[in-house]
Amino acid sequence: MYDIIKHRRWYYIFSTLIIIPGLLIMLYSMLTIGTPFRLSIDFTGGTLWELRFSQPVAPGNMVEFFHNQGIPDVNVHTIGDENTLVIRTKAINPEEKMQLMAAMEKQFGEKPEELQFRAVGPTVGKEVTRTAFIAVIMASLVILAFIIFAFRKVDHPVRYGVSAIIAMIHDVLVASAFFSLMGFVAGWEVDALFLTALLTVIGFSVQDTIVVFDRIRENSRRRKGESFEVIANRSLLETVQRSVATQINAMFVMIALLLFGGVTVRQFIATMFVGMLSGTYSSIFIATPLLVSWHNHEGIFGWFGGRKKRTKKTITA
Amino acid sequence: MQSRNNIILIILILMVAVATYIALPIDHPDWFSRIVAPHQEGPQALTLRLGLDLQGGTQIQLEPDLPEGQKATDEQLELARAIIERRVNGLGVSESLVQTAKDRIIVALPGVDDPDAAIETLRGTGQLEFVDLGKNPEKLQAGVQINTTNGPAENPATDTVYTTIMTGDKLKNVDVRRDPNTQKPYIAFELTKAGSEIFGKYSGDNIGNFLAIVMDKTILSAPVIRAKITDAGVIEGDFTLEEAQNLAIQMKYGALPVPLKVVDVRTVGPSLGEDSVRRSLLAGTIGIIVVLLFMLAFYRLPGFLADLALLSFVAFNIALYKIIPVVLTLPGIAGFLLTTGTAVDANILIFERMREELRAGRSLPSAVEAGFSRAWTSILDSNLSTILTGIILLYFGSNFGASMVKGFAITLIIGVLISMFTAVFATRTFMRFLIQYFAEPLKDKLSWFSV
Repeated sequence: MYDIIKHRRWYYIFSTLIIIPGLLIMLYSMLTIGTPFRLSIDFTGGTLWELRFSQPVAPGNMVEFFHNQGIPDVNVHTIGDENTLVIRTKAINPEEKMQLMAAMEKQFGEKPEELQFRAVGPTVGKEVTRTAFIAVIMASLVILAFIIFAFRKVDHPVRYGVSAIIAMIHDVLVASAFFSLMGFVAGWEVDALFLTALLTVIGFSVQDTIVVFDRIRENSRRRKGESFEVIANRSLLETVQRSVATQINAMFVMIALLLFGGVTVRQFIATMFVGMLSGTYSSIFIATPLLVSWHNHEGIFGWFGGRKKRTKKTITA
Repeated sequence: MQSRNNIILIILILMVAVATYIALPIDHPDWFSRIVAPHQEGPQALTLRLGLDLQGGTQIQLEPDLPEGQKATDEQLELARAIIERRVNGLGVSESLVQTAKDRIIVALPGVDDPDAAIETLRGTGQLEFVDLGKNPEKLQAGVQINTTNGPAENPATDTVYTTIMTGDKLKNVDVRRDPNTQKPYIAFELTKAGSEIFGKYSGDNIGNFLAIVMDKTILSAPVIRAKITDAGVIEGDFTLEEAQNLAIQMKYGALPVPLKVVDVRTVGPSLGEDSVRRSLLAGTIGIIVVLLFMLAFYRLPGFLADLALLSFVAFNIALYKIIPVVLTLPGIAGFLLTTGTAVDANILIFERMREELRAGRSLPSAVEAGFSRAWTSILDSNLSTILTGIILLYFGSNFGASMVKGFAITLIIGVLISMFTAVFATRTFMRFLIQYFAEPLKDKLSWFSV
C-alpha cells in the first residue's frame, strides 16, 4: 500500500511555500493600495462605463474629455478591440451622465453604443463590504458546526471540524493570493462575484474533505485493529480516484466556461478553478495528514495537552 | 421488489418526458401551462426568464434622500414604491419589477432603449392635474394615459389633447370620509383661494360633464360633476375604503412622499446581453458533452446510465426554472453548470464503491446495491455542506440587492437537490432494471463495469 500520509511534513512545507508568498503579495498590496485586493466599485462606490464607438478612440482622448468636463479622477482603457472603452471614475448621477453623453456626442461626432453602465453610491459600497464579511464568517461557523455534528459519533469530532476548516482556510488563502496577484498582473478587482467564488470554494472544499473523512469514519469502525495512520492512509487511497475523477469533470466544465463563456464571469470562474484545485489538493494532502498529526500529537498539536490523554489511554489499554 | 422497480422506472420515464417537454423552447398549450404552473399567467407562462445581464436592461436602486439621522417610515417607502410602480407601468416596459428591499426601492427595467430617460421619468416629481373630459366621448377610464394641454403622455390611449383646468398645487387638503348613512367611503378635498376661483367657475359651467383626476398623465379617477364646487368638494364613486385611501394619498402626495436619490445603476446593453447568452450556451453545451464522454469512457456501462441521469438532470433543472420561475443570470448559469459536476460526482462515488465491491469478489447485483448504500452518506454529507453554503449566499445576495449572487445561489441549491434525485435515485432505478433482466449475460462482462 502506497503511504501518502508518511510524507505529510513535505505537504505542509509545500503549502507554506505557496501560501507565504501569497500572503506577502497581499501584504504588499495592503501597503501600496491600502487593501489586500484591488476593490471594485461594488465596495468603493464609483462608475464603470463601457462604450463602443464605430471607430478607434484613444483612451487618452477620453481622459482629456473627462478632464474638460471637470472630472479629473478617471481611468480609461480599451477592452476587446480599439473601439470599445472602459471608463472608471467616481459615482456619477443620472443628470451628470446625460450631460456627459451629450457632450461626448459633440466631441467625438457620434453617440457611442452603451454596452454597460454601473454606478454605485459610496454608502452602498460600505454596506456590501460589511455584509460580505459577515457572510464569510457565517459560512465558516456553520460549516464547522455541521462537520462537528456529522462526525459526532467518532472520537474527537472537533478535530475533524478544525482540520476541515484549516484545509478550507488554506483554499481561501490560495484563491485570494491568486486573485491578489492577478490584481497586479491584470488589474483584477474584487466584486460581489469574487465573494461568491470564495464561498463556493468553501462549500466544495469541505465537500471534498468530507468524502475522505467519511471514509475514515467508516474504516475506523470496520478495522479496529489498525492504527489511525494506516486507516487514514487507506481511506485516502480508496477515495483518491474519486477525488481526481470529480476534479477532472469540474475542470472540464470550468475550462469550457473560461474558453467560451462570457467575459463577465471569467475572473469568477478562474478564481473558482484555482480554489477548487486547491480544495482537492488540501482534502488529500492537508486535512487528513493534519488529523494524523493531531492524533500523534506531533509538533504544534503536542501543545494541546494531549500527551496526558495519550498516557491515560495506554494505561487503560 | 422487481415489479416495484419497473413501476418506478415507468414513472421516472414519464417525469423525464414531461420535464423535457417543458424544457423545450416551444410554445406550450394553455391547458398544459395551467396544470404544471397554475401560478403563472398569460404568454409569459413556461418561458425561460433571462436576467438583465442576459437580455439587456437597467436596474436602479433608489434610496430616500433625507438629512442625516432621519429615516423614511415603511409607509412612506411603500407609498413611494407604489408611485414609482405606476410610473414604470406608464413607461410600457413589459416584465418590469419594482420592489422594496430594506430601505431601498429596486426597479428592474428589462430591454429599455433609453435607460437614462427612463430614470428621469421615475424620479420626476409626480404631477397631479384636473382635466376636463367634457361628455367623455372616448369612454376613458381609470388607468389609461391621456395627453393634456400641460404636456403629452408617454403612451396615450388616444391622440386627443384634453384641457387641464388646474394642477395639484391648488389642493389644500384631501381626506377620506364615510357617508354616515350608507357607510360608503368618499374623498373630501379643500382648495386654495386661487383654486376655488378657477374650479368654482369651471364646475359651475360643466355640471353633468366628466372630470378626470390625472397623475403623471394617467387617469386615477373620472367622476361626473354633480354641483358647483368652490372651496371644498367631494368625489364619490364605487370604490372600497382602500381604493379611496389610495386615491386620496395620490392626490395629496402627487410628488413622492420622500425625495429619492439613485444610489446604484446597472445597465447592460442588449448586444452585450445577446453575446453573453450565445457564449454561455456554447460553453455549457461543450462542458456537458465533455463530461458525458468522460463518464462513458471512464465507467463504461454504468457511465452510460450516469449520462442518461445527467441528461434528465438538465431537463429537470430547466423545467423547474420555467415552473418556479427562476430568473437566469450569467452567474446563475455558472451555478447550474457547476452542479452538473456535483451530479456526476455522486455517480463517481457510487461507481467507485461498486468497483471496489466487484474487485472484492461480490456478485454483480449485491455489488450494485452495496455501491449505492455505502456511497449515500458521503453524498448526503458533502451535498449538505454545499446547500448550507448556498443558503448563506442566498441570504448575502438578497441582503443588498445583488441579484447576481442570488441567481448563483438559487441555481446552485436547486441543482444540488435535483442531482441527488437523478444521480442516486434515477441511476439506481436504471441499474436495477439492467441487473434484473441482464444479470446473467453481464456476469462475464465485468469489463463493462471497468473492472
